[in-house]
Amino acid sequence: MIAQPKTARHPESGASSPLSVRDLTVVYREKPALWDVDLEVPAGQLCAIVGPNGAGKSTLIKAVLGLVPVASGQVRFFGQSLEQARKRIGYVPQRGSVDWDFPTSVLDVVMMGLYGRLGWFRRPGRLEREAALRCLEQVSMSEFAERQISQLSGGQQQRVFLARALAQNADLYFMDEPFAGVDAVTEEAILHVLHQLKGQGKTVVVVHHDLQTVRDYFDHLTLLNVQVIASGPMDETFTPENLKRTYGERMRWEA
Amino acid sequence: MSDLLLIFTDYTLRNVALGSAMLGVVGGVLGAFAVLRRQSLLGDVLAHAALPGICLAFILTGAKAPLILLVGGGLAGWLAAWLVLAVLRHSRLPEDSALGVMLSGFFGFGVALLTFIQHSNNASQAGLDQYIFGQAATIVASDVLNFTVLGGLALLTVGLFYKEFKLLAFDPAYAHSLGLPVRGLNTLLTSLTVLAVMVGLQTVGVVLMAAMLIAPAAAARQWTDRLEAMIGLSALFGAMAGVSGALISATRENLPTGPLVVLSMSAILLVSLFFAPLRGLVWDWARTRQHRRRVRLERLLLDAHVLHTHGTLTPQALAERRREPVAVALRNLEALRSLGWAQEHPQGFILTPTGEQKAHELEQAMRVLPQRVEGSS
Ligand SMILES: Nc1ncnc2c1ncn2[C@@H]1O[C@H](COP(=O)(O)OP(=O)(O)O)[C@@H](O)[C@H]1O
Ligand SMILES: [Mg+2]
Repeated sequence: MIAQPKTARHPESGASSPLSVRDLTVVYREKPALWDVDLEVPAGQLCAIVGPNGAGKSTLIKAVLGLVPVASGQVRFFGQSLEQARKRIGYVPQRGSVDWDFPTSVLDVVMMGLYGRLGWFRRPGRLEREAALRCLEQVSMSEFAERQISQLSGGQQQRVFLARALAQNADLYFMDEPFAGVDAVTEEAILHVLHQLKGQGKTVVVVHHDLQTVRDYFDHLTLLNVQVIASGPMDETFTPENLKRTYGERMRWEA
Repeated sequence: MSDLLLIFTDYTLRNVALGSAMLGVVGGVLGAFAVLRRQSLLGDVLAHAALPGICLAFILTGAKAPLILLVGGGLAGWLAAWLVLAVLRHSRLPEDSALGVMLSGFFGFGVALLTFIQHSNNASQAGLDQYIFGQAATIVASDVLNFTVLGGLALLTVGLFYKEFKLLAFDPAYAHSLGLPVRGLNTLLTSLTVLAVMVGLQTVGVVLMAAMLIAPAAAARQWTDRLEAMIGLSALFGAMAGVSGALISATRENLPTGPLVVLSMSAILLVSLFFAPLRGLVWDWARTRQHRRRVRLERLLLDAHVLHTHGTLTPQALAERRREPVAVALRNLEALRSLGWAQEHPQGFILTPTGEQKAHELEQAMRVLPQRVEGSS
């Protein structure tokens, strides 16, 4: 059940899609974490990836970004390879993936989003500081710029990670559970940013865990449980039957 | 003070002090990255693994030139680090086990080689065992030059790749997603740590070297929340330990320099762990005590408020409610009064407007508490 882009404006179909995944399989040990995943992400939309714990949602993001080795499959971004499209891709990892006691300030973390563009041997300067500050403003965190990162709440940490990705000024964003365990203010701020990005014609792929909000927040839905269960526009895909297949399948993989 | 002057007048001491200071600076800088990346144990492996390298370099070349032996030691350390990575990649051995096995394996092999050399009939064999615990007294001007070149190379490279190393230490996956060659940077940083170990082999030896990587960085982390400052402090602490170790051993008979350098470093670390502002344990205890005291007082105020609203805020009533002796209740009421939260009254005590206000705020805060817990799950 692969979603095909419905618009006729892209006759070359997958070629120009922000993300096009074919036959992606990832194996950590013996059991596959992803099995034969096909995915076509439509341009300019907010896309959710939903599935039970351990379904391979994080693995899918890491695999397309080349962070974990893949057993097989092809991934194209805007019709290009990862290396060619690297500067157009932004990443918001799971908040818990780093040590927040690291000795650095909020602004420093946001400036890391510019390291790729800065290139070797150049240090971030005034321009980079200003760009980073603008990104902090977008997530309402300006007044925290000089704070040590260990002094932030979970929601604030999440917004710092978001600002760092915004600094990359990418066309396609991957966000791993940005809404997990955040306060209402942060949830609002993230939503605001998502809509801003959409307004700028950017594509955002978000791993989401909350079935209550997924319909309201996103345009496109991919249900994942090791395999892609269903993928397509929200109203067509968000059906009780699909959900049951996604969360029911889990039992089989655990057994 | 006259001891300090010796550094400038005594040729031997000057070399020892310079060599130890160099070790402190280089070990401090590279150690900062090792500690932040939680790779302290890898530094220990690199150091211990140098021993067989030193022995093999001696066996193969027959030379006792320190630089050749140091290069042998460095290569062996590098090989050990590479083997650890290979084992982790291809087996299910947990990381600490892989590191532990590699450390003892290489070190054991080194000791065996050392024994072999000592039993073989080689006149120049004596002195190789100095690399186990170091023998700083043997440091001469040419050694200091070697250390300066090796250490300078390491520091210069850290300067060049500073922002990449910083990102690598904080968030390697993100660094990878930006297209940085994470594996190459890892190898580079490990190789620089090998250089730091080479600088320390003569001074503190393979066994104590890890302390010169870990302790300065751990101490520096206590004093600052900025990476630049942490690295600078780490280098400074290492240098201070190096110089004081050299000085103490020069002014006391028969005290070896290497262990004294490490002891000085440990003293700096201890002071930092206990007394550094914000992170120091002493302030931590003080804050915890203060916090406990505040919470105790707040609970007391809430109890008093309940009685106050019933118009019976007396020592007897408070004692009954809190199941405490009347004398204690009286002391508690005194405490509330000295805070300006309660005042005496013909029928006992009443809360002051400030006290009532505070109690209301606390009750309000308690009421939203369960909601906060729900919201954050
Ligand atoms: N680095 C890893 N090594 C081995 N197994 C892993 C690793 N990362 C994830 N897994 C396993 O792969 C499966 C998918 O994990 P993940 O992608 O994190 O799931 P999700 O993000 O959907 O919760 C899980 O069973 C997990 O235990
Ligand atoms: Mg996940």
